[in-house]
Amino acid sequence: MRDVAIIGIGCTNFGELWDKSFRDIFVEAGVMAIEDAGVQGEEIDAIYLGNMSAGRFIEQEHLSSLAVDYAGLASINIPSTRVEAACASGGLALRQAVLAVASGYHDIVIAGGAEKMTDVDTDATTDVLAAAADREWEGVMGATFPSIYAMIARLHMHKYGTTSEQLAAVAVKNHYNASMNSRAQYQSPVSIENVLNSSLIADPLHLLDCSPITDGAAAVIVAPAEIAKQYTDTPIHIIASTQTSSTIALHDRKDITTLDSTVAAANKAFNTAKLTPGDIDIAEVHDCFTIAEILAIEDIGFFKKGEGGKATEDGLTAIGAEIPVNASGGLKACGHPVGATGIKQAVEIAEQLRGEAGRRQVDGAEIGLIHNVGGSGGTAVIHILST
Amino acid sequence: MAVSRFWRKLRHRYNLIGTHCTTCNTYYYPPRKMCPQCRRDGRIEECRFKGKGVIVTYTVIHAAPENKAVQTPYVLGIVQLDEGPRLTSQIICKPDDARIGMRVQSVFRKLGEDSEQGMIYYGTKFIQD
Repeated sequence: MRDVAIIGIGCTNFGELWDKSFRDIFVEAGVMAIEDAGVQGEEIDAIYLGNMSAGRFIEQEHLSSLAVDYAGLASINIPSTRVEAACASGGLALRQAVLAVASGYHDIVIAGGAEKMTDVDTDATTDVLAAAADREWEGVMGATFPSIYAMIARLHMHKYGTTSEQLAAVAVKNHYNASMNSRAQYQSPVSIENVLNSSLIADPLHLLDCSPITDGAAAVIVAPAEIAKQYTDTPIHIIASTQTSSTIALHDRKDITTLDSTVAAANKAFNTAKLTPGDIDIAEVHDCFTIAEILAIEDIGFFKKGEGGKATEDGLTAIGAEIPVNASGGLKACGHPVGATGIKQAVEIAEQLRGEAGRRQVDGAEIGLIHNVGGSGGTAVIHILST
Repeated sequence: MAVSRFWRKLRHRYNLIGTHCTTCNTYYYPPRKMCPQCRRDGRIEECRFKGKGVIVTYTVIHAAPENKAVQTPYVLGIVQLDEGPRLTSQIICKPDDARIGMRVQSVFRKLGEDSEQGMIYYGTKFIQD
């Protein structure tokens, strides 16, 4: 197996991009990544594109061909593959690109992620997202996606004493971080009171506990580490790439307040990289809801089970603190175009490790972790990146 | 939801019929044709649950896609049946009355409908026992 590095990154602004189509945004992100890497189109060997549900959001399937076509690469007939695991689709695309390069099968590969969510109304979007859960035995019974995480939050509060204020502290931190990110959907800080006074979506989760509906795309270019320096002075090495699965329905998990897929992916990743959670300088974790960030920082191993809420309230996950989490603003405030999220996380960590993150820069960050989840934890993907 | 996808499981939805693996003596609801513990060594038979259980966790849903059969707010919970398996279902009670650990029993109720002229879906919900 060959070592793999990221040699180029690109990401669109996140938000309600009504004047842009799906094909506009993935081309925009892809071209940014290609220009950043300084590669020629003819050098690209393959594309992996993460997308959850273009079939329902924009009634377009066969994105693999669409991507190659509008990227201007149809004439060289390169293989293109769309991958899907709900909100972990982007993480999966990155992992597929890593495997393709590590194996020696391809050299220069684009891993992209894109989602256009605002071309349908909110009811339709809510229903599409509910398809990340078990349609026949959760969705039909009346479950919405926020309600599934709300049931986790309720039990986490019951077992560990986690409070609504601690959940809100996740949103407050991530909105503050997003205020320093020009790509973010929401760049205004919010207060604990703003979160607690926002309307209830699924008790105990308020509107501001939930990530938004977002359009956006991101892309990274990966290459064998041995030739990465030909393209960039600052290759970002991918030192672990793990993917795990668990039951699709929350009710079948042994412990409802633990994403066992995250625990397994993290253990494998730390073993592969020969690191411990304490070695990580910065992390982008899957905060589709505030409770999800608390689960993530516990299940990855940054904090003990049950202590994630208090750690967040105490400021231990802020920029400049013990383990800065979601400096980009996370899914919560930067936005969550579901298929793009896993790649956007890689772009953020690559920028941080290059020292190019501007006002939200985590000083001296050398090792970063990315955590991307599908559904309520049916899929988890973890990458560890290093300078 | 497509009609066939729904009626295939009508018996299971209407009567709380799941499966039981006689090899490891584990009960499954929703029904499974493959025992996740014994896999090909499992022997699966159908079984009907008594419909009694306890609320493991719950939420009160205030925002949901429009569905004339369900008015927000409504209570959704994970119920652990006395035989062991857990399922996701609506709890018919006042939102303030729901609590973790509450004993519940199954009832037959309307779950939803496609439209005014569309198919009506029925299935299992739970009430306080």
